[in-house]
Amino acid sequence: MPTYEDILAIVTELIKPLAAAGRSIREDTDLVSDLEFDSLKVMNLIEQVEDRFDVSVPLNILPDIRTVRDFTVQLQAILGDN
Amino acid sequence: MAIFDKFQQLAATRRAMAESGIQSINVVMDRVVSATEAVVNGRSLILAGTNNYLGLTFHPECIEAACDATRTLGTGTTGSRVANGSYSTHVQLETELADYFRRRSVIVFSTGYVANLGMLSTLAGAGDVFVIDADCHASIYDGCRLSGAEIIRFRHNDPGDLEKRLRRLGARIENTLIVVEGIYSMLGDRAPLGDIVAVKRRYPGAFLVVDEAHSLGVLGSHGRGMAEEAGVEADVDFIIGTFSKSLGAIGGYCASDHPDLDLIRYANRPYVFTASSSPAIIASTRRALGILSAHPELRQRLWDNARRLYARLQELGYRLGPEPSPIIAVRFAQREQAYALWTALIERGVYVNLVVPPATPDGSSLLRCSASAGHTPDQIATIGNAFADLKRLFGAASA
Repeated sequence: MPTYEDILAIVTELIKPLAAAGRSIREDTDLVSDLEFDSLKVMNLIEQVEDRFDVSVPLNILPDIRTVRDFTVQLQAILGDN
Repeated sequence: MAIFDKFQQLAATRRAMAESGIQSINVVMDRVVSATEAVVNGRSLILAGTNNYLGLTFHPECIEAACDATRTLGTGTTGSRVANGSYSTHVQLETELADYFRRRSVIVFSTGYVANLGMLSTLAGAGDVFVIDADCHASIYDGCRLSGAEIIRFRHNDPGDLEKRLRRLGARIENTLIVVEGIYSMLGDRAPLGDIVAVKRRYPGAFLVVDEAHSLGVLGSHGRGMAEEAGVEADVDFIIGTFSKSLGAIGGYCASDHPDLDLIRYANRPYVFTASSSPAIIASTRRALGILSAHPELRQRLWDNARRLYARLQELGYRLGPEPSPIIAVRFAQREQAYALWTALIERGVYVNLVVPPATPDGSSLLRCSASAGHTPDQIATIGNAFADLKRLFGAASA
């Protein structure tokens, strides 16, 4: 199973092309307020993550995700369950 | 953050629309003249954004049935069927719908939204899984959310992506419900239901729910919807739909052969705690169902109008939904383009639906037209001519 750092690196890489130009991406970066993600971009990110890890990400986790760290932690838990 | 702070972005969008002269969410119809005409601010409009697919809202038999029911049964039921009891006409409508769908039983709901909310939130619970098409209607998302089950989306109309997600579920497949629509409400495209059913057959134990809201009376040789059209009715476990489109009233239903469907009635909070449909609604719906069944020529007329309008808009160079359908979505990359054309269409006497993100599937803005069997050839030509006129005025900006 990939480590937290492995997952963080991939999530960061997938977020980059979706983020507004010039925005830096750190663990505490807020997807909505810092990167201006709308629901379409969030879904786009989830689909890419699903393809990369061959996993289905339930929509139920969305209310618990604000930051890159939140997303990574949730994804690590999902990968651990599979 | 104060309670109303979260609505400020919405307020800004609304202000921007008002400043552009867009009143699409505040349209008030002074008079509705027929299934296809209304008067707004003193201006006569052709209605091309109604979902009134068979044009039955002004059918004299439906109106008479509604008036007669009001005279004999009153204006409302004033409570839920579980608390206040059913009227015999509620039960008769359920029997008639079950006969029409060739299903063991049917539950009628007060709206289509409540039908999805009630059925999906009750069928599944914690530990179960919904696998839903990404473009499903808000009522499907809301019903799934209310259930407490896990919700997984698959890519729109992509049976391969659905299969990937079913495979990942392993033994949980027996607690899984797949949810799709017959015709999708925004772009008017159909589900590849035959292919979806083929995937479902490879994963025994999964249930399939099809929302036929926009396909009842529109698809299938008897008008039963996409499942009939694709020849897969036996593989669909639950059909959910609405009376507010081709049947010209308001209400919803779920039809199924499952022997325990009736049990769901008593565990279904949106059903138990909602007042039942008024006698007038039930009466006009029963008559409309009879007309839908007896007059397949209405379906033919609907499709003639839909194909003619789709072809005309396509010929004009508009970017449309992927296939001819009674829902004809004209797509714009910028919402300002859609605003401008919506207003210009009103000025030319044509009313369509303006739909902007996030209500649209791909972030584009839509002028969503819906064709009706009630449109005359002249009205279809007028709608097409209005779009042609705008193409000349707005040029490349209109595509």
